[in-house]
Amino acid sequence: MKIAKISFIHLALIFSLFLGACTTAQKATAPAPAPAPAPAPVAEGDAYTGTDTVKFLADGVPDRVFFSTNKFNLTTAAVNSLNKQAAFLKANANLNVTIEGHADERGTREYNLALGEKRANIVKDYLISNGIASNRIKVVSYGKERPANPASSALAWSQNRRSVTVRSN
Amino acid sequence: MIQRILIVVLLLLFQQNSLKALVTIDITRGNLDPLPTAISDFYFDDSIKPDDSIRKSRLDKKIPELVENNLQRSGLFFPLEKRSFIQKPEVAHATPRFEDWIFIKAQVLVTGKISLDKNQRLRVEFRLWDVVSAKELSSLAFFTTTENWRRISHMISDKVYERLTGETGYFDSRIIYVAETGPKTNRVKRLAVMDQDGYGVKYLTLGNELVLTPRFSPDNKYVTYMSYFRNLPRVYLLNIEAGIQDLLGDFPGMTFAPRFSPDSKRVIMSFAKDGNSDIYAMDIKTKVVERLTDHPSIDTSPSYSPDGSSITFNSDRSGTQQIYTMKGDGTAVKRISFGEGIYGTPVWSPRGDLIAFTKFFRNRFYIGVMRTDGSGERLLTENFYQEAPSWSPNGRVLIFYRETPSDDKGRGGNAKLWSIDLTGYNERMIETPTDASDPTWSEILSKSK
Repeated sequence: MKIAKISFIHLALIFSLFLGACTTAQKATAPAPAPAPAPAPVAEGDAYTGTDTVKFLADGVPDRVFFSTNKFNLTTAAVNSLNKQAAFLKANANLNVTIEGHADERGTREYNLALGEKRANIVKDYLISNGIASNRIKVVSYGKERPANPASSALAWSQNRRSVTVRSN
Repeated sequence: MIQRILIVVLLLLFQQNSLKALVTIDITRGNLDPLPTAISDFYFDDSIKPDDSIRKSRLDKKIPELVENNLQRSGLFFPLEKRSFIQKPEVAHATPRFEDWIFIKAQVLVTGKISLDKNQRLRVEFRLWDVVSAKELSSLAFFTTTENWRRISHMISDKVYERLTGETGYFDSRIIYVAETGPKTNRVKRLAVMDQDGYGVKYLTLGNELVLTPRFSPDNKYVTYMSYFRNLPRVYLLNIEAGIQDLLGDFPGMTFAPRFSPDSKRVIMSFAKDGNSDIYAMDIKTKVVERLTDHPSIDTSPSYSPDGSSITFNSDRSGTQQIYTMKGDGTAVKRISFGEGIYGTPVWSPRGDLIAFTKFFRNRFYIGVMRTDGSGERLLTENFYQEAPSWSPNGRVLIFYRETPSDDKGRGGNAKLWSIDLTGYNERMIETPTDASDPTWSEILSKSK
């Protein structure tokens, strides 16, 4: 069976709509910028606090933040990491990023897609509220489709409840 | 894709004058006592010459074998060993000597004949006999080609099932699912379609992009599913016969969790924007979009009632994932799940009376059903991970997928399709060439033409 190609122009048009929509949607749900967070990460809920699986956008700039089960709010540790990401993006004004939202495998597929989208957007909103232009940030949710750690353990699940900031140019 | 076959109903005879109660199967309860059924070999009659190539097709054996396989897997029939049969197929088909069949404890008997009519068309005829009352229950013939013998076998199975249970069958149907290969961290997923018995798997996508949650339209002409084509997760519409896939709508963000309306004219789905997922319905032809929920929580997994008047969906507006119903226009939203644990993937039964769901409770996953007002919750099966039930066309069987846990290196986990009766009995794995998930059952093929 042949699968017809989808018009690239069509997709590009939709994509531009997406960007257009995002520029008007900021601030509404953005949390207030955290006042100088504590330097030591604080464990909150069952969010992962270690450094395994973490990669770096630059020296000392972690690429990901972790979430508690079924939650999409930012932990103190997450805010700490995102402050570094914001500073890095300010210093590299030509860089654009995609924020990937992920969930662990202990939930239904469709709900997890929505949850990943919420996680990616809370990160996007935080970066915007710290002065990063919204048109530099895309989001994509992978739900539970792309775990960082394939094991079926509480540790792996905590490492998979994450958002990852990926350079897109 | 959809095979066309010529079906001619010659005669459908129901005995009007039976004195004692005929054999019937009660499928509303768990059936631990399946009906002893003799399925005789069919035979080639004299219209097919001894050297005709049709005889090499072995359809006289293959058709009854497939009928037997279907009936046996339904859990309602116990096919008897063929070696114990006393009468020859051609003799039994003409008039069974019922004592011979009672002797081997058969309660019903299936016989059949394969012949060529004067226009050289292949004709397959079967008869269903009530051995206990010594009566013919039904008789039916199909004109077909040798290549279509599987569909004929499924249709015969449906007729037997219908005559003995009083409900429509489900054997002449297909299942669409997601075929999975590769490591968990970089899984390759392809759309695949097969007959309900697992035969004839065909792949509809190449695996270049992630695809999820395929669903048939009730008219069996389309499939709607989610694809990460160009890394933009969106709902697509695949025209099965033309082999053309199109983006559905032009939403400025992720669309997911699609399902058809009962008239196949609309797709209902979630659209996520700026961290909020709501439910929308879109008319396929006019592209008109209707927003049905407007709430800052996650609203997803919508499913229409069979008359289209209501929708069940999944929302965490109460703080946890629960099941809700609303009218087709989005009004009269009502939470219906109140048990312990969280609930997802509600799907309305084709009979209209039940909603099947996934439940997560104390770290275990369950497939269950409840009435549409949330009462009468019944859990059918429990496991490490399973979700996404889909109803058989007659609403008697649920198909879903189950995953096993992976070890610390990510090895050992697999995903397979399983089915279970509404009664909670007859749980079975459906063999697939690869790992498999997200199964959806089609409507009966002959009914949807």
